[in-house]
Amino acid sequence: MTSAHSKLYSDDVSLVVVVVDTNPFFWAAAALPFADFFAHLIHFVNSILLLNHLNRVVVIAAGVSSCAYILDSSDASPSGGVGVSDTFDKASRKAEEFIAQDARATAANSSVASANAASLLSGALSLALCYIQRIFRSGTRHPQPRILCLQGSPDGPEQYVAVMNSIFSAQRSMVPIDSCIVGTQDSAFLQQASYITGGVYLKPQELNGLFQYLAAVFATDLHSRAFLRLPKTLGVDFRASCFCHKKTIDMGYVCSVCLSIFCKNQKKCSTCGSEFSRVMPDLNSMPDQSK
Amino acid sequence: MGSMTIGAKYKTTIKDPGTPGILRMNDDRFTFTPNDPRSAMKFNVDFRTIKGHKFNKVEGNKAALLNLSKEDKAGGYIFEFDNVGNRDLCRDFVARVLGKHQGTVPPRPTVAPENSVASAALEQLSVAEVERRVKLLREDSELQKLHKKFVLGNILQESEFWATRKNLLDDEANKRSKQRAGFKNSLVDIKPTTDGRTNKVTFQITPEMIHQIFAEKPAVRRAYLDYVPKKMVETRFWEKYCRAEYLFRTKNTAAATAEAAGDEELAIFLKNDDILAKEAKLKIKRVDPTLDMEADTGDDYIHLPDHGIHRDGNKETIDADSELARRTLSQDLNRHAAVVLEGRSLDVESTDPKTLAEALARSKKEPPSTSIDDDANHERLVKVARMTEIEDLQAPRSLPYAPLCIKDPREYFDSQQANALRSLGGSNDGRKARTCSLSTEEAFHHLMDQMSSIKVNKLNCPIIQSDMALKVLNELNEGISRSRRLNLKNPQEGLLGQLPQHTRDELMDHWTAIQELLRHFWSSYPITSAVLYNKVQRVKEAMTQIYQKLQLIKESAQPDVRHEISRLVKPMTQALDAAFNHDLEQQQKSSKTGNRHNGF
Repeated sequence: MTSAHSKLYSDDVSLVVVVVDTNPFFWAAAALPFADFFAHLIHFVNSILLLNHLNRVVVIAAGVSSCAYILDSSDASPSGGVGVSDTFDKASRKAEEFIAQDARATAANSSVASANAASLLSGALSLALCYIQRIFRSGTRHPQPRILCLQGSPDGPEQYVAVMNSIFSAQRSMVPIDSCIVGTQDSAFLQQASYITGGVYLKPQELNGLFQYLAAVFATDLHSRAFLRLPKTLGVDFRASCFCHKKTIDMGYVCSVCLSIFCKNQKKCSTCGSEFSRVMPDLNSMPDQSK
Repeated sequence: MGSMTIGAKYKTTIKDPGTPGILRMNDDRFTFTPNDPRSAMKFNVDFRTIKGHKFNKVEGNKAALLNLSKEDKAGGYIFEFDNVGNRDLCRDFVARVLGKHQGTVPPRPTVAPENSVASAALEQLSVAEVERRVKLLREDSELQKLHKKFVLGNILQESEFWATRKNLLDDEANKRSKQRAGFKNSLVDIKPTTDGRTNKVTFQITPEMIHQIFAEKPAVRRAYLDYVPKKMVETRFWEKYCRAEYLFRTKNTAAATAEAAGDEELAIFLKNDDILAKEAKLKIKRVDPTLDMEADTGDDYIHLPDHGIHRDGNKETIDADSELARRTLSQDLNRHAAVVLEGRSLDVESTDPKTLAEALARSKKEPPSTSIDDDANHERLVKVARMTEIEDLQAPRSLPYAPLCIKDPREYFDSQQANALRSLGGSNDGRKARTCSLSTEEAFHHLMDQMSSIKVNKLNCPIIQSDMALKVLNELNEGISRSRRLNLKNPQEGLLGQLPQHTRDELMDHWTAIQELLRHFWSSYPITSAVLYNKVQRVKEAMTQIYQKLQLIKESAQPDVRHEISRLVKPMTQALDAAFNHDLEQQQKSSKTGNRHNGF
């Protein structure tokens, strides 16, 4: 892979990949109806497209059992401008298809059918990063990419490893991950994601003014961000999930060889196969006289 | 286990010259019988009264000592042995016997049994090891502080303290060069010196030079082995050698020929080195036959005036008809280069020319000339491989860490998948009951409804009311200016910056101390020996003290920083609490099973 450093960026052209949480269990109980949320989103997407005619926006929906692209602004017909209604029609049609498809997939897969199922953030992030990589490899000048996650449902600790891997690859390709929490709980994953990649993490108080938050905080391109004072997170939840039971833990056991995290003492590391059961020679009773 | 009888000297103190005699040892006791029957130094001691044994490190011509220390009072029985081998035999025997006795006799709690062990460990430290530790301490003031606090404060023992820092010591050890010094890069040049008044010429030869001469001139080596000391004494040999060098240097071929005729020993030095000649012939045989050196002779400038090799200021002329040495500088240089590159293959540290010469002669035994080409070739390759490896640049061979090996990534992800499914499946019922009552279908149905309502209603404009927008902007502004204010107030960021300097230092000190203690505390579990038990007790004691100090800091803090301090202290006390709780649990567990002391 060619390193992202060697690439030529166009400084004020952005590629924004928006990851939208379409977890039905969350939206069924959310304070902000999904219809309103969707309207805010579409207006936001349009504002970005209007900021610069070279800007590109991709929207990825993260459901409970699948993810999909629901909007790619570069698909717009060359004649048609970036009208709000145009974007809206396309996005709503695709979103509807996606939700129906996600519902079928969930019905088929009984193990996911739980009221507390998490959205597939890891999958959506991977899709976003893949898309960005494709842009990186096409042409010499490309827009500056960033990812915006609009999440409502709580984190799925079982995705910990996958999410962290996505975060680290985003960090490596210098793609900031912004996060805007539309739910009630802070997301430890996204806090870490924004912290590690240098993005903005925001949990708005007034969800009815979501568009205002999005436009004020997340619409500016990366170049302009250097001159703006954006909200800072005061604390980041750095807790990890254990690899064995996918629980978020404060204290745990760490494999001394590969740094896998476990909540209970293990005989053998499930990641690298190191054996822990062997009792280490006790260093204090070591000085045997025959030395 | 048997018994052991060995000659030794008994010493009452280390300074005492000692009484020679016989030391007999069996499983239970040891007796000493002096050679002189009149001597009063006769005793018969039960091994049970012996608490431990120490021995010294034997270097140079120091005597090999073994000290059996008594249990009841200071001092003990010191024996001196003829050599280290005997001492070590004896030491191992004693160690076995003592091990057996101490295994059966439980250590009394009042006597810290590890003391003998620790002191033995101290004795065993080599000077290099101690130096390394001292160096580390000197370089790291934090480490030094910890060392002072815990080791000198008798909370941890020296060996315990360093046991957790083995890798530091090892790194230090690896840094030291293992390279052996080779021969000097310069030609052996025995320059005569004259005092200017008399006609005497003085040569100075050092052992280092002798070594080099032997390595470079096999004929001289052979002559040395042949003549010294049978035919002449060593000084005489070197006199002759220097004489020959002198003659060679003055280029007085006539005088050389004359003297060589009269003195056959001298002639050897003046003649061509036949061993070298033989080697050279062998080498020429191995040269690539397509290489034509004759053809290249015209390419140099030696035949031109002002060109050529000058030695000691004169142009070297090759006197073709002299049968005496026709050593040219280039020959000397080549030979020297060959020897230097070969390196010091011997491990002979001796300065005695005789042994040196013999060792060199042994190592230089030529392989039989009939050896097939393959062999020679292989040997050359091996040599090349050996020479090109530069030890300083190699990574340490034995890494003290286990290498990371992910066996089969698929296996891991499969297991993760299974885990994820299991955890989801297992907790399904509980979670569902707790959260919303919607089933999957209902939830999706709701979402679809929302979607269709979007389609019907289209977009509502304006998307946001102006008062709402103002509210949001105000909120954002407030948040940003708040964080800005916080940042301005404490530019050093973080909690520590707000505290007064001495409190900060104090807290940091405590924190490093706690980390060190906790490391020792947790590494002692499970407690399997009395040594560990004692260690845990000591460490616990120290932790309790720190705990109290932390409380004191918290209480005595100024009201304006009290909150910050308690936030900082909290993780420390939590870590300590976890340790104390663990200790308590263990105690309860062992008291439940009853026999604590025998449980070890």
